[in-house]
Amino acid sequence: MNNLKNFTKGFIKENPVLVLFLGLCPTLGTSNSAINGLSMGLATTFVLVLSNVVISSISRFIPDKVRIPSYIVVIASFVTVVDFMMKAYLNTPGKNFEPSIYDQLGIFIPLIVVNCIVLGRAEAFASKNGVFASLIDGLGMGLGFAFALFMLGSVRELLGNGSILGFKFIKGDGMLMFVSPPGAFLALGFLIMLMRKLNQKLAKN
Amino acid sequence: MDYILIIISAVFVNNIVMTQFLGICPFIGVSNKVDTSMGMAGAVMFVMVIATMVTYLLQQYILEWLGIPFMQTVVFILVIAALVQLVEIILKKVSPAMYQALGIFLPLITTNCTILGVAILAVQKEYNLMESVVYAFSNAAGFGLALITFAGIREQLDLVNIPKSMKGVPIAFIIAGLLAMAFMGFAGIVK
Amino acid sequence: MAKKESNFTNMLATLLIVTFASSAALGFIYELTKKPIEDALLYKKTLAVQIVLPEFNNDPFGEAKRVAVGKDTLNIYPGRKDSVLTGVAVETSAPGYGGDIRLLIGFLPDGTIREVAVLEHKETAGLGDKILKSKSDFPLQFEGKNPDNFKLGVRKDGAGEVDAISASTITSRAYCKAVQKAYDALKKGEIENE
Repeated sequence: MNNLKNFTKGFIKENPVLVLFLGLCPTLGTSNSAINGLSMGLATTFVLVLSNVVISSISRFIPDKVRIPSYIVVIASFVTVVDFMMKAYLNTPGKNFEPSIYDQLGIFIPLIVVNCIVLGRAEAFASKNGVFASLIDGLGMGLGFAFALFMLGSVRELLGNGSILGFKFIKGDGMLMFVSPPGAFLALGFLIMLMRKLNQKLAKN
Repeated sequence: MDYILIIISAVFVNNIVMTQFLGICPFIGVSNKVDTSMGMAGAVMFVMVIATMVTYLLQQYILEWLGIPFMQTVVFILVIAALVQLVEIILKKVSPAMYQALGIFLPLITTNCTILGVAILAVQKEYNLMESVVYAFSNAAGFGLALITFAGIREQLDLVNIPKSMKGVPIAFIIAGLLAMAFMGFAGIVK
Repeated sequence: MAKKESNFTNMLATLLIVTFASSAALGFIYELTKKPIEDALLYKKTLAVQIVLPEFNNDPFGEAKRVAVGKDTLNIYPGRKDSVLTGVAVETSAPGYGGDIRLLIGFLPDGTIREVAVLEHKETAGLGDKILKSKSDFPLQFEGKNPDNFKLGVRKDGAGEVDAISASTITSRAYCKAVQKAYDALKKGEIENE
């Protein structure tokens, strides 16, 4: 198996969010700004990479019938680790009391555990492949997820607030709808449509 | 805390799907037909109330007692997974008719983030047992409301001519966006 | 890779080992991050108190007092410099449009509002979030006013002298209500010089 191909497939061709429609809850819930989307994406990548590595190295010792529960325990442990780390080090409010990144992501951090991407990769890839290949697969899929969240977050922040990552590009308030819930659905709908067009183009060439 | 406040807030104002973004996968996945979405809503309600009750008791009486509240995520997800299996087995034996209606949705529920989400939120909001149960029930009702409304719209959508690249999921998201806008109108009714 | 046969002993053993390893690892991480987490939470609180209170060198949290106003109980934190009372911070909340609005209000010893910090809110972006100082001048109306001779209520309701944020009357009313509650707690708390 080609490692480079494993790594890049997560971005465009098999992008977990925009093509496979996995992990939609955190995608919509944490993409109200570019930084939130990116943080969520990276937190998920962390869990994905480590659980892939651990699962691929222990899977041959695990009896088939308790496979899923064991994987869930491994994943949930790494999620808890991320939760504590973020609570400790990404928990500083802004100077006007903008909530910290940890507070903004809120319930979505423990919910990484039910993100279908993580268990999906464990079951479909890590349990059947070697440690290094699983690491690359986790990294690729995780970064693909982070990429989609960052894109959606940037689009929403730009349209809704006129800025990306806090840098103001457009004066004024922007279209506020895009930072509120309806805008999340609309922006994602259009982004998926664009991705389809792009994949059709790529397939033709 | 007023129970009516919890109910109205969870069903309309802070609707779990339209404003909290939990349970999006089944919301997009099983909303093609009204009757399947009713089945899903029923199964979610059933499991959510039981799961919230069990996890609440676990948190209060076992985890706190053992001094290991940090195992919360691990324990909750395992308990929910086991509970779903248990419900499936019991339902099969006790009420085959109900199993017929809800059975196929049960395996899908373990990875439905509304269940774990509501269980954790009920603990975070420091509700007591009765409030947690009411909270779970009304969130499930809110999920059902959004899902069934959405399915009703999508059934009509099959008959409409839409651009090829918008078919299926993209147009579903656009519709969901419009529905979310309608739900925003509920904000402010809890004072 | 070949699937491993399942029997009762190895299933039980696997699950036990996995959960044991997980709890040991998490216990370790928990101990490791305990201190930083507490620091982060404390920093969050002190940051707000430092902004709303005048200079102080005591520990306002150590001297915190809980005062019941109506159905709620409010936390008040007195700030002192060399045991002279310089101000009092009151944590308060009221239900707004999208959820509870939580404020920390700094009063001078005579009851004048010094500064208000919004700790948490779920108001609509672009409308209700104008309660933030960075977004509009609405909160400036309160600074330097003493609720004794400044009626906390929305002007167009005929309830007071506050100009509501346009299109966000519910938010503005809630804000006034929260400030009023804080003031009541301050009066009831009777914090004096030592």
